[in-house]
Amino acid sequence: MGAPMTRIQTNSRVINWIEDRLPIFSFLNAHTGGYYAPKNFNLWYYFGSLALLVLVNQILTGIFLTMNYKPSAAEAFASVEYIMRDVEWGWLIRYMHSTGASLFFVVVYLHMFRGMMYGSYKKPRELVWILGMLIFLALMAEAFMGYVLPWGNMSFWGAKVIISLFGTIPWIGESLVEWIMGDYLPADATLNRFFALHVIALPLVLLFLVVLHLAALHEVGSNNPDGVEIKAKKGADGKPLDGIPFHPYYTVKDIFGTGFFLMIAAFIIFYAPTFGGWFLEHDNYIPANNLATPSHIKPVWYFTPFYAILRMVPSLFGTAIWGVLAMFGSIALLFFLPWIDAGKVKSVRYRGLGYKIALGLFAVSFIMLAAVGAGVVGELIPEWFGTHVDATAIENLFGRFWTIIYFGFFVFLWFYSRGMEKTKPVPERVTTHD
Amino acid sequence: MTKPTIVSVGKTMLMKFAIALTMGLAVLGPVQASEGGALQSANVSLDDVASMQRGAKLYFNYCSGCHSLQYLRYSRIAEDLKLDRKDVEANLIFTGAKFGEPALSHMPADDATKWFGKAPPDLSLEARSKGADWIYSYLKSFYIDPSRPLGWNNTVFENASMPNALWELQGLQTAVRKAGVKEGEGAIERLEVSTPGRQDAAAFDRTVRDITAFLEYAAEPAALKRESMGVWVLLYLALFTLLAYFLKHEFWKDVH
Repeated sequence: MGAPMTRIQTNSRVINWIEDRLPIFSFLNAHTGGYYAPKNFNLWYYFGSLALLVLVNQILTGIFLTMNYKPSAAEAFASVEYIMRDVEWGWLIRYMHSTGASLFFVVVYLHMFRGMMYGSYKKPRELVWILGMLIFLALMAEAFMGYVLPWGNMSFWGAKVIISLFGTIPWIGESLVEWIMGDYLPADATLNRFFALHVIALPLVLLFLVVLHLAALHEVGSNNPDGVEIKAKKGADGKPLDGIPFHPYYTVKDIFGTGFFLMIAAFIIFYAPTFGGWFLEHDNYIPANNLATPSHIKPVWYFTPFYAILRMVPSLFGTAIWGVLAMFGSIALLFFLPWIDAGKVKSVRYRGLGYKIALGLFAVSFIMLAAVGAGVVGELIPEWFGTHVDATAIENLFGRFWTIIYFGFFVFLWFYSRGMEKTKPVPERVTTHD
Repeated sequence: MTKPTIVSVGKTMLMKFAIALTMGLAVLGPVQASEGGALQSANVSLDDVASMQRGAKLYFNYCSGCHSLQYLRYSRIAEDLKLDRKDVEANLIFTGAKFGEPALSHMPADDATKWFGKAPPDLSLEARSKGADWIYSYLKSFYIDPSRPLGWNNTVFENASMPNALWELQGLQTAVRKAGVKEGEGAIERLEVSTPGRQDAAAFDRTVRDITAFLEYAAEPAALKRESMGVWVLLYLALFTLLAYFLKHEFWKDVH
């Protein structure tokens, strides 16, 4: 593939005139009708196009929110209620944006897990994976700053807790925290700069990274559930035997996936916009107040696995930096996945039993850590074991166990993929398609 | 009453599913601020306009002297709860405010702090931060407590600054303490009405439910709109998805 750009044939003089000067139509054709994708994509392959859809939704709804939002500590909270009540369709635009934020992480997590299942991070797709991880990092920064903007009480305390993490860095920590906030507490200056980063800087970074992610993908070609390189078997016409043009085959398929996804999104937007306090937290309907600490400070659900790791790693040698390092490390390790995993077989279908179990446990650990970080485990312990038990001790035991499983996955994978793994033979051609 | 149509049945089903889902998520969910024991279910419905109308009237007679609804305009209440401008001006506006203005209390915050120890909070978003069940349970849980500055306490929100604004209706409740337990959590077994008010228990439950329904509406007026139009959006998307499925099926016929 490498998207060979051939000049499109047309009788339109206008298009030919443009093509002579800027071959934009040939470029678009090379990346749609001219891009050959494996014909055996399954359900897991919808999430990439859905992530792009949500990104567009966030940008479009974000533009309209920006027209009515006031990035000042004195006015932000009231301006959000103004959008919800007085701006025509403002409530719909805001719910599309807030629901979109959560669904962005739903599809991105599924998209990343797909990559892990089918070995899409392996040679020659290491850069596709790394660019994807950079998108994930930018997305987390974008979501964190966006959550601060309504200036509710959870916005304030969430910002305070997350920014204070930088305070654990030796020597420079405290001044770094002040530098980030522009004040001694999250305040007007903090809100203003977060607004600038949320609506201009990070969206530009995200769009740029998405373009690179797709460009790198189109250079090396898409992986598939069998982990077979379709470019290895080409027909007489030079096209991969197991490949089909992305347009129209995958465009029509993705339109179907989009319709299905929009039904789920619309149900949430119209009937459960707070999603029981998971997408929009109850405490964020109280204006920011530095004198009233919420009873449970915790980030939104999509950050809870990492927040749990932060909480579960104990302080040692008089500093809490280990938890912070572990939290950032849990994300940093994913960047190195292409080199941690030395296995030659890509798809989980043909990998050893050990890998299947390890990947399953890794997914479970992610969900269990999310439950710990959201405080669900802490809530359930007194219900299950009675109020006489030491709930914190049990929660720590549980959380630390799954933290070890999370990190253990990478350690196991390093050794397992270097000699211990018994793989199955990989077929020469893709096996299934719908 | 209109006959149930496919759309209204669909809407009811969607609402039931949404409520079940939300309750399920709330059980597992990030905890909602809740002081005190288990809450009673308010069981309010935004389909019951009459209940919200009664609630509005009760709210403006019993609550609005101290509490503001700074994000809710009188005109919006009239529009959403199907009330005439004249009725709203005669029965809900006691402050001389204009029809298009928000429902602000005239109590000066400084005086309120002196009188109650804490200025009465704005209630625009009370149902979103605390939940309908909390409001419903809280308003039913006042009891006489001579140790408190105003003589009132509350089992849902211990040592609340607020006196029981609805005592004329509910009567006076006193706490029945558990044998042998004097103070602290769990000391109160139940509350009982020692001096009856103008309403019996069932009538007072309805009063509190109406106020709760109004505050649930006040916290998110858009809920009326989104719940009534959501079913059409979903029907449209279902049709779109079905057509998209056929389109995909047609194109993929030649993939072997």
